[in-house]
Amino acid sequence: MSEKKPPIWLRIYTIIAYLYIYIPILILIIFSFNTMKLNIRWEGFTLSWYSVLFRDQDIIQATQNTLIIAIISTLVATLVGTLAALAMQRYRFPGYAASETLMYIPIVIPEVVMGISLLVFFVMIHFTLGLVTITLAHIAFNIPFVTLVVRARLHGYDNAIDEAAMDLGANEMKTFWRVTLPTILPGVLSGAMLALTLSLDDYVITYFTAGPGSTTLPLRVFSMVRFMVTPEVNALSTLWVLTVFVVLLIGQIVQSRNS
Amino acid sequence: MTTTQAEENNKRVPLMKTIRENRVAQGLLLISPANIYLFLLMVLPLLLVVVLSFLSRGTYGDVVFKFNPSNYTRLLDPIYGRILFYSLEVGIETTVLCILIGYPLAYYIARAPARQRSLLLFLILVPFWTNFIIRIYAWIMILRAGGFLDDVLQWAHITQGSLNLLYTPTAVMIGMIYEFLPFMILPLYSSLEKIEFSLLEAAADLGAPPWKVFLRVTLPLSVPGIIAGTILVFIPALGMFVIPDLMGGAKTILIGNVIRNQFLTARDWPFGAAASMILMVLTMVFTLYYTRKAGFGEDLLV
Amino acid sequence: MTSDYAIELRDVVKKFITPEGNELAAVDHVTMQIKNGEFFSMLGSSGCGKTTSLRLIAGFEWPTEGEVYIGGKPIGHTPPYQRTVNTVFQSYALFQHLTVYQNVAFGLEMEGVSKDEISKRVGRVLEMVQLKGMDRRRPKQLSGGQQQRVALARALVKTPLVLLLDEPLGALDLKLRKEMQLELKSLQQQLGITFIYVTHDQEEALTMSDRIAVMSHGKVLQMGPAVEIYERPTSRFVADFIGETNFLEGKVKSVTGEKAVVTIHAWEQELTGIATAKVQAGDDVAVSIRPEKIQLIEEPVTKQNSLEGIVVRSTYIGSDTHVYLDVRGQTIKVWDQNRISTVDPNAFYRKGEKVWLSLIPENTVILPKD
Repeated sequence: MSEKKPPIWLRIYTIIAYLYIYIPILILIIFSFNTMKLNIRWEGFTLSWYSVLFRDQDIIQATQNTLIIAIISTLVATLVGTLAALAMQRYRFPGYAASETLMYIPIVIPEVVMGISLLVFFVMIHFTLGLVTITLAHIAFNIPFVTLVVRARLHGYDNAIDEAAMDLGANEMKTFWRVTLPTILPGVLSGAMLALTLSLDDYVITYFTAGPGSTTLPLRVFSMVRFMVTPEVNALSTLWVLTVFVVLLIGQIVQSRNS
Repeated sequence: MTTTQAEENNKRVPLMKTIRENRVAQGLLLISPANIYLFLLMVLPLLLVVVLSFLSRGTYGDVVFKFNPSNYTRLLDPIYGRILFYSLEVGIETTVLCILIGYPLAYYIARAPARQRSLLLFLILVPFWTNFIIRIYAWIMILRAGGFLDDVLQWAHITQGSLNLLYTPTAVMIGMIYEFLPFMILPLYSSLEKIEFSLLEAAADLGAPPWKVFLRVTLPLSVPGIIAGTILVFIPALGMFVIPDLMGGAKTILIGNVIRNQFLTARDWPFGAAASMILMVLTMVFTLYYTRKAGFGEDLLV
Repeated sequence: MTSDYAIELRDVVKKFITPEGNELAAVDHVTMQIKNGEFFSMLGSSGCGKTTSLRLIAGFEWPTEGEVYIGGKPIGHTPPYQRTVNTVFQSYALFQHLTVYQNVAFGLEMEGVSKDEISKRVGRVLEMVQLKGMDRRRPKQLSGGQQQRVALARALVKTPLVLLLDEPLGALDLKLRKEMQLELKSLQQQLGITFIYVTHDQEEALTMSDRIAVMSHGKVLQMGPAVEIYERPTSRFVADFIGETNFLEGKVKSVTGEKAVVTIHAWEQELTGIATAKVQAGDDVAVSIRPEKIQLIEEPVTKQNSLEGIVVRSTYIGSDTHVYLDVRGQTIKVWDQNRISTVDPNAFYRKGEKVWLSLIPENTVILPKD
């Protein structure tokens, strides 16, 4: 690593850039403690909006839904995606190129198009829109991301260790469970993490595949922002940012402990 | 040839044996869940949309199975042409501005010493993982009439009335950049970080001034990052409707808004499908042309 | 059906399809018998088929034609985990997520051995490879040499019938490699297990092996003890591949038993030598004479087996002097041992000097021209 210090203009630029990124968020957080309802001028400090938040049934329901959908779609997508990644990195079979293209479609397609196409699909097969359709949709866009991440990690995989395991007496199943899987586990977990985040955060596709009764946190945030702008949104946002902050922090600590 | 005990054992379970011995069968087995799922929930829906784009709208907003190419001819109307061009314009502007704004930042982080780098990356990741609607909301708070920006400027006696920045194209641009910046910074950082510094030192050693080192060595080597970032920004930006919806008001309509409206408010699904097809074609053209030249940049994921 | 042979390959062929779509025989009608308890090496350059042959024995590949026998029984399509052979891989292939102990214990766990028994056997084998006390370490924390020993221990702890070693010392530095060669040899003699060793390093093969199979392009060119391979190569390739040699083109004049008289084209002179392959009068042959076998003398005893040459170049190596001579148009290299210690530069052969080369039939090997 070069020891030279970066030029002064770059350092100033970086500071300004970070300020640009963070000041809006800080303003958001500060105003979550604002007593004034209309959220325009700072009046006084209060925690009342947080208590409103915690009593808001819609929010609680939405959070539950979001978590359930995220967990289920992550589990399924991680399983399917890992198998697919293994298939693509280690085997050659007819239809390989087609499978690869199929895998990449959800990544390059605009979310709007994917959203409406799923809406059309579900309506046409008379499948009621609701939490199930949302989950099915999430699995669909998660699979390619998991596959992508796991494939990237599989690049450096030394096939000899699988052979070594078999040489030492492990059959195919045992080799997979005792050797292959533990070795690719960091990659699989990365993929799962990505899938989880994409699912928790998703707005557009969820918007089109959600039924009238089912709502998720991003959907709820949207309507709160659009229609009823009280500091309750700020409180929710603040908690969200805080949660992300804490989870990432834990992730960082775990990572540095492992290396 | 004599049959051994081993061969006898293998004969017992013919299907398993075929799978175990046949690598092609194994590969197909592993890929089929993904293929089946994506076919049903990705390909089929898209095909339905293609078909839909040629059908007609019934009187009550339902779909009538009557061949109707007018959906596409409607799109030739200058109104939609303008919207399309505007969407492209916004997409390109967003991408370019994200590259210009994000590159120095990514560069700084890539060159920073290890500890500082972790911290800086962490600080980029926090907003990145925060829900984008929340981040947009933060800007709404700032930009709207009587919002934070107006407050501060009026308090400092720089302006008197409201700037009315919200619900303008400028606001939409600010929102788009704010949303997509991390998507550009991370791939850029990833590819800049992979550049071995011995290369830069060698260039300097050979007499190149810093700006030349950058132009002739660093920049070309960071191209995979630029490409990955462009894909991650341009395509979603093209189809974006949330930000124009929240921050742009009635004045700024992008193609994403058109599609959304057809499916939810106007209830003209065939027309919406046609508009989606146009968007899809744009995206595919971009992707094919772009990735043919430069690949996907997946190696950046490692 | 028991056998003297630990491993046998009978007319084995292994074909692969190249990326271009052609069929390539990596192993081309190979027949070999490997005796119980011997240290057997397969020697050749990359692509000669030695690694593929090893993999056929281990079970990672199946023959296209022919049959592999382990312990006298044809092994057919038995998977690797059911064969009583174990492999030491070139890349070591250690399980990164397990400790040294767990790596070595892995094979025993698969057998269902009891925990106490595992503990005893692992302890013993780790001590044998001089890794005592490293139980808790992870592969990442070990040096190359140590990793190699773990790979060895992991395979040996299962007391296999045969141990297969695929260029295990390739990644080590020279000094370590030489040490490990001796260690492996002594280990093999101690344990009495059959070792099948694959290498491209001829010196390594010559040092360690009881018998060597020299391979090229999927075929076994010659198989036998080191001495035989070196002193009595049966083909030009083997003579060239092992050690250094001088080649002269000639035609057979007559054959009497083992010996043959050959007319060297370039010199129009006859030389007598040992024919290691079947040759007849009139055959075109290559004559191989190793540089250390040629004696340089001041004056010839008899003109019969002597040739006159002029020194072109001479390089002092320390133990030898490598002298390059022009003998009637042919360049002949001679490794002359520096028997007498001197610092007098005139004592070494100088350019342009005239010397006599003395040859004897035992040192002259007559090979088919191919």
